[in-house]
Amino acid sequence: MTKRSIFNNKVLPYVLLAPQLAITIVFFFWPAGQAVAQSLLRQNPFGTRTAFVWFENFVHVLSDDAYLQAVGNTILFSGAVILLAMGSGLLLAVTADKPIRGAGVYKTLLIWPYAVAPAVAASLWLFIFHPTIGILGRTLNQVGIHWDYTLNGTQALLLVILAAAWKQVSYNFIFFLAGLQSIPRSVLEAASVDGATPRQRFWKVIFPLLSPTTFFLIVVNVIFAFFDTFGVIHSLTRGGPAKATETLIYKVYVDGVVNLDLGGSSAQSVILLLVVITLTAMQFRYIERRVHY
Amino acid sequence: MARASRFGGSWQAHLILILGVAIFVFPVFVALMGSTYDVGTIARGEMPLRPGPRAIENYSQAWTSGEGTRVKGAAPVRRMLLNSLIMGLVIATGKITISIISAFAVAFFAFPLRMFFFWMIFITLMLPVEVRIIPTYAVISNLGMLNTYQGLIVPLVASATATLILRQFFLTVPDELVDAAKMDGAGPMRFFWSILMPLSTTTIAALFVILFIYGWNQYLWPLLITTSKEMNTIVIGITKMIGVGDAQNDWNLIMATAVMAMLPPVAVVVIMQRWFVKGLVESEK
Repeated sequence: MTKRSIFNNKVLPYVLLAPQLAITIVFFFWPAGQAVAQSLLRQNPFGTRTAFVWFENFVHVLSDDAYLQAVGNTILFSGAVILLAMGSGLLLAVTADKPIRGAGVYKTLLIWPYAVAPAVAASLWLFIFHPTIGILGRTLNQVGIHWDYTLNGTQALLLVILAAAWKQVSYNFIFFLAGLQSIPRSVLEAASVDGATPRQRFWKVIFPLLSPTTFFLIVVNVIFAFFDTFGVIHSLTRGGPAKATETLIYKVYVDGVVNLDLGGSSAQSVILLLVVITLTAMQFRYIERRVHY
Repeated sequence: MARASRFGGSWQAHLILILGVAIFVFPVFVALMGSTYDVGTIARGEMPLRPGPRAIENYSQAWTSGEGTRVKGAAPVRRMLLNSLIMGLVIATGKITISIISAFAVAFFAFPLRMFFFWMIFITLMLPVEVRIIPTYAVISNLGMLNTYQGLIVPLVASATATLILRQFFLTVPDELVDAAKMDGAGPMRFFWSILMPLSTTTIAALFVILFIYGWNQYLWPLLITTSKEMNTIVIGITKMIGVGDAQNDWNLIMATAVMAMLPPVAVVVIMQRWFVKGLVESEK
């Protein structure tokens, strides 16, 4: 869609676009191009010679057990975070959408965790689940469950999942609530008149009508769980113990910034790039649909 | 029967919502309590869940020095808060400024390659920092912008999201308004300042809230390009204070810092709730 009434000016639009385009080229396209180029190159350990190796870095990365473990961790971690954050968000939204006293107050009290940085959320849960000083960590040990997330990989994974999901519930709550409020009341009343029980009303009417919101949130939550949870993992577990919480994004960081493996890290970046492109394309299809219908 | 079910439903609804609020508030409550005791009480695992006696000491120590018995080499909270505030404010303002003029160009002018440029901006959505970590670091390093505010801020100031939202909004501005302005002899910039800007205030306010939080909560980028403690943002500062998470750590100071790190963005969301929800929901449409 374009406007009919427009200004005619030969230079001005380019001047207006210049700052954004300059930043885009210098800090986005050029580095992304470099990442793709580096993913096809290999440097010797001293960085003095560089050879073009086609897809060797990719073959190397994809046959590396540590990488495959990171893929597994990412799927497990993301799946759990998404289920937990979306399930709780939906439950709270459906409940807050009912005509109850104080709905506005509840809404305010349920949206603020959105503003808490993932790494700060991690520090709060760390303080609670610390094995010796944490209020719940200590209790777990007292009742005979050997709780120590610094030694037990499963427990470490549970803790990063909890911290990441806690922060993300608000986001899903806001969108599910907006989705619910856009469902016409007459449809719900019609279902009630036809004798639908509250349970039937939810699963047969509300949930299907919410599906565009749900689909959109799945994509956004995958992006959150893949990328934005870096802070949670970095401040809680540093990918440990024994790489039990090393996700794809954390591995790119460690291999590139800490281990200085340029080719390998770039190849991982390019793989992640393909994931982001797929997700954004899915998101865009959703936007298109919303615009047309 | 209707009344009975409404009563029952409402009782359960309150229970679910209160439980949800409680799970959200609990960690913050524990952090608040933790920030009011001395190191020893916490390290021995004897911290009770009621306010302790050392709130003022802990907060003032974190605020002015940021160092405790174990935590060394941390910047004072006031310095880190300043860095986060600069990041949040300048990123939000910068993104809005740059995006509003781009969106203006794309929506109100006809020129060659218009859609090409629009797509160029749009496609940056697919290039988060994470997929170009090392080359972007190299660019910043070559430009001599490591450990500077410019380095922290400039690369994050481009915004596909803000440009898309503003363009979307501009497309809803009636053509008649543009025609009327032209007829009265207004040039494009006059139209921009006198008509378009006043119309956009709600959209700008909504964008400001979500972009401020985006800037404040940045993690990987400041971690990469700032090494000096004077340049640490408060979110990075907390991780540095925690270190490996030793029990003997100055948890009272860490929790006081965590509380101060949360307060500004949470206050912005609560105070500007209406714009925040609008900004969030609109930005994803």
